[in-house]
Amino acid sequence: MITFDSVTKRYPDGFVAVDDLSLEAETGQITVLVGPSGCGKTTTLRMINRMIDATEGQILLDGSDVRQIDPPTLRRGIGYVIQQAGLFPHRKIVDNVATVPYLLGWEKKKARDRAMELLERVGLDPKMAQRYPFQLSGGQQQRVGVARALAADPPVLLMDEPFSAVDPIVRTSLQEELLRLQAELNKTIVFVTHDIDEAIKLGDKVAVLRVGGKLAQFAAPKTLLSEPADDFVREFLGRDRGIRRLSFVSSSYLKLRTDLTVTSSSAAGPSDDAWLMVVSEDGKPVGWLDRDEPFGTYVHGKDSLRAALDAALLSSSGQAVALDESGRVVGVATRKALDEALSEAADG
Amino acid sequence: MNWLIDFFGNPDNWSGPGAIPVRLLEHLGFSAAALVLAALIGIPLGLLIGHTGKGSVIVVVSANLARALPTLGLLVLIVLLLGTASIWPVLIPLVALAVPPILVNTFEGIRGVDPELRDAAYGMGLRGPQVLFKVLVPVALPLVMLGLRLAAVQVVATAAVAAYVGLGGLGRYIIDGLATQDYESVVGGSVLIVGFALAVQGLFTLAQKVMVSPGVSQRLRVR
Repeated sequence: MITFDSVTKRYPDGFVAVDDLSLEAETGQITVLVGPSGCGKTTTLRMINRMIDATEGQILLDGSDVRQIDPPTLRRGIGYVIQQAGLFPHRKIVDNVATVPYLLGWEKKKARDRAMELLERVGLDPKMAQRYPFQLSGGQQQRVGVARALAADPPVLLMDEPFSAVDPIVRTSLQEELLRLQAELNKTIVFVTHDIDEAIKLGDKVAVLRVGGKLAQFAAPKTLLSEPADDFVREFLGRDRGIRRLSFVSSSYLKLRTDLTVTSSSAAGPSDDAWLMVVSEDGKPVGWLDRDEPFGTYVHGKDSLRAALDAALLSSSGQAVALDESGRVVGVATRKALDEALSEAADG
Repeated sequence: MNWLIDFFGNPDNWSGPGAIPVRLLEHLGFSAAALVLAALIGIPLGLLIGHTGKGSVIVVVSANLARALPTLGLLVLIVLLLGTASIWPVLIPLVALAVPPILVNTFEGIRGVDPELRDAAYGMGLRGPQVLFKVLVPVALPLVMLGLRLAAVQVVATAAVAAYVGLGGLGRYIIDGLATQDYESVVGGSVLIVGFALAVQGLFTLAQKVMVSPGVSQRLRVR
């Protein structure tokens, strides 16, 4: 756990970058620091590994004051990922990843084996290992940056806008990769971004900072969306808070109807106005009975209520087709079922 | 052209204390000694100033001095002070000539490294000297090598002045030749110096290719 206890960073010219900040980043969770430029989020992050020293207050890493630890020693125990990856251009990828193990005095073979293992973990082709950073794309470099930060298996990972310099498609895949990695590794991650959507997507908890380095709100994303603390947070969250909040409600709340599906062989409908979903022999959705209209699907229980609602909006019938994880139809969510789930979600 | 054939064909130029190989070795000796001394001064100073950011005024002054310094004048002054008993009257002006390009390029190379890279290096837990030698120097190496190459070529070309004060080197052919109106020697000596300078240039270019990481020079094809 990382604890900020009334931490202030005041520069000699009187400028206050972080003002009396107190918050806790839980072990094994992703804590996101988000806010407009000049809110002190990067300064806050960099005070953890002492790239910047706080002027007042204390930062505790699992109970010990970071200022009691010699900075290089402290930093070798904390993974650090920065915006442009910051890979060493003169070293091959494998040696970039092994930077901290080398510093810790590991044998070369052991360090390189570990590096190769991590390259695979972050989804890079082992062939990349013998290349130099300039031969990789921005997204690949960023993956190497993450692998390098993880090389000595530090319990804590600091990420300073790691995905903001890559294009949106690559960014989405890197975000998903991070969530997948985190599910395996359970690191204590502090993540800085200026992108509120990224914060909401990745954070177990999100700290919204305002200009001048003051904490505006520190809450789970769902709470942030439903109960913004003040106008600043509300404005920063932007539009469609209600819809976006549905991302955090499970679709398992939906009551499914199983009587609205028919197998192709017994294609005789119970009524004329109901839309019936035709299902193939192996359980896959085929289309609406007697109607050549589009339909939308979601994975029941795994996808959010937002995804289910989206599927319903894509269907001409206004009904969402629920699938299990192997793509077989488990039922149909009607407008009525969606309506009920939405009003339950609105009640919290 | 005939002068050249006469010069290189003259057996007197291939034996005794005035033989071409002897003069060439003398010239190489002055030049190498001056370059090594200048590198011993310029490189550590450039690394230190570039890494710490303190004392950059020394670099500016040095760069300006380099443009204004009259090598020949300095040589004569030092001969007047020290006499011609030692090699120092030649070495000091040559070192003074060679330090500025080495110092300035080393400094610029270190200072010009992307701040993100420096930040990443410290963030990984490298200590100050490790950041300098494991990251900044390899990345700045092309400029450090450029400084050495410029200095080497200038020193080789200028070492001819040694002859003015009665010391050896390839300059003797030019100085003595002018004094005796022996233009074969003048042309032959000049050609030797030019050839020597070109060879030095080539040698340093080759050394740079070998020493600089392909990741820095980006010589590899992007796959």
